[in-house]
Amino acid sequence: MKKSDKVSYLINFLGIFMIFLLLMAVFESKIFGSSTQYFKGICTTACYTIIMVASLNLVVGCMGEFSLGHAGFVSVGAYASAIVSNALAGKGLPDIGLFLVALLAGGIAAGLAGLAVGVPALRLRGDYLAIVTVAFAEIIRVCFCNFAITGGGKTMSGILKLSNFYWCFWIMVVCVTIMYMFVRSRFGRTVKAIREDYIAAAASGINVTYYKVMTFVVSAFFAGIGGGIYAHYMTAMIPTNFNFMYSAELLSEVIIGGIGSLTGSVIGAAFLSSLPEMMRQFSQYRMLAYSVVLVLVMIFKPAGIFGDWEFSLTRLLKRLTGRGGRGAAQDAVQGTVRANVQDEAHEKGKAGV
Amino acid sequence: MLEVKNLEVSYGAVHAIHGVSLQVRDGEIVSLIGANGAGKTTILRTISGLQKADTGEITFDGSDLRKTEPSRIINLKLAHVPEGRHIFAQMTVEENLEMGAFADVKDMAATMAEVYERFPRLKERRRQLAGTLSGGEQQMLAVGRALMGKPKMILMDEPSMGLSPLLVKEIFSIIKEVNKQGITILLVEQNAKMALSISNRAYVLETGDITIEGDARELLKDDRVRKAYLGQ
Repeated sequence: MKKSDKVSYLINFLGIFMIFLLLMAVFESKIFGSSTQYFKGICTTACYTIIMVASLNLVVGCMGEFSLGHAGFVSVGAYASAIVSNALAGKGLPDIGLFLVALLAGGIAAGLAGLAVGVPALRLRGDYLAIVTVAFAEIIRVCFCNFAITGGGKTMSGILKLSNFYWCFWIMVVCVTIMYMFVRSRFGRTVKAIREDYIAAAASGINVTYYKVMTFVVSAFFAGIGGGIYAHYMTAMIPTNFNFMYSAELLSEVIIGGIGSLTGSVIGAAFLSSLPEMMRQFSQYRMLAYSVVLVLVMIFKPAGIFGDWEFSLTRLLKRLTGRGGRGAAQDAVQGTVRANVQDEAHEKGKAGV
Repeated sequence: MLEVKNLEVSYGAVHAIHGVSLQVRDGEIVSLIGANGAGKTTILRTISGLQKADTGEITFDGSDLRKTEPSRIINLKLAHVPEGRHIFAQMTVEENLEMGAFADVKDMAATMAEVYERFPRLKERRRQLAGTLSGGEQQMLAVGRALMGKPKMILMDEPSMGLSPLLVKEIFSIIKEVNKQGITILLVEQNAKMALSISNRAYVLETGDITIEGDARELLKDDRVRKAYLGQ
């Protein structure tokens, strides 16, 4: 590992730790008095939504395919982890251990579902794939409505309340870090090449289907972990929670945040998932507001608010201290060019439609 | 080096290639000319495994290409420059070249230095997004990316497509130079005159059948070819 990498990991870790301390200070000092618990809940909601949205962004942004069935993977993860944690409860595991095992089980179950869907479906592209993913999510929902183990259409309740904000924060950090590393790895680069031009990718010796299926599995895995946190936060759920609207909500959060930008996903998901809670009285109009925002974003910033720009604490610090200014400036210029080209590409796409 | 025997390919009910045989010897430039829809691109795509053949044999350097996974064909050092400059538009020039070395990352830096030496223009623009390059530069990038895999043979599909006459000349001189370094080339072209002038041998393809084959220089004088493809 290069020294500059180590420094940047340290800086980023410290940055995240500061945010954590800040939130902890706010909650522990009870500034909000009796509603502290309520705000903690909103933050937990934000944590699992971030994981779900970021994982969907792997498919939509990195691989360039639309998946309209992400709620299906979330529900597989949610039910699988709830079943596992109920089975293991009272076996002497500490709470955090039980929670992690349950989440991992949820992730693996969702990953397997992703594999099962991905192998046949990922030979398709574009609209056809989107339709197959919708169908998958509906099939899963109907299955969960009929299985006895998931409550069979009735509410599955009595799930242990294991999600608390402090744990969820760090689980979210770990998940997003892994996804970020995935995007930046050789594997992620390969998947992006397939997105850019699958013919050229195949001609360069890339096994297109393999890489697409694996990305889909990784995305489903993290969706499952997000679902696991959801289950252990809500403690009760019915299959209809994970309907098409939920998938559409996640997808619109990805698009508004920025297709291909994990920064966009994190900020978009945190903001959009806490917003309806903060304006409870208008909550019925949430989907309406979403669609209006989505239309506005599509008109004025088709690549999403952040495009595929990533926030970098290291770069910010460098620019503030004036060191390595040129490199940073170059990066910024390149980022702008990239975003412009993206916007143009989207314009062209729209014109084509 | 490459031998195709009795190749038949169809798209659903449409029989595109009816029993084509051709061979390319070590160190040659062989061109495959013909009108639109004759099946030139189909033959190249079938050789590199992007399209399934119905029957026939394709052997490259002793290995049966029809039994080789498409993603493994590049490991046999057979590169394909697809039609229409398929480059990774949202990646930088350098990233595009790196993708060319995907199957074999050994000595990537050295190969990249060689490619940059051959295409100084690409070096100038190596941090630029490939989508912002001009048509000629994109074609150079596509060729450069194929060279990153250190191929023994390159399949080139319509390298002159959509380029100005001046750039067409430049691309063809690049192809000749690449060939001089010992890389065998199978060239598919609509620009028959240009293709024939740099090739050793050529095949003329008409709606899925090879109708004329022979020495490229002789084909340039052949009446049938002159009439149908050279407009003389």
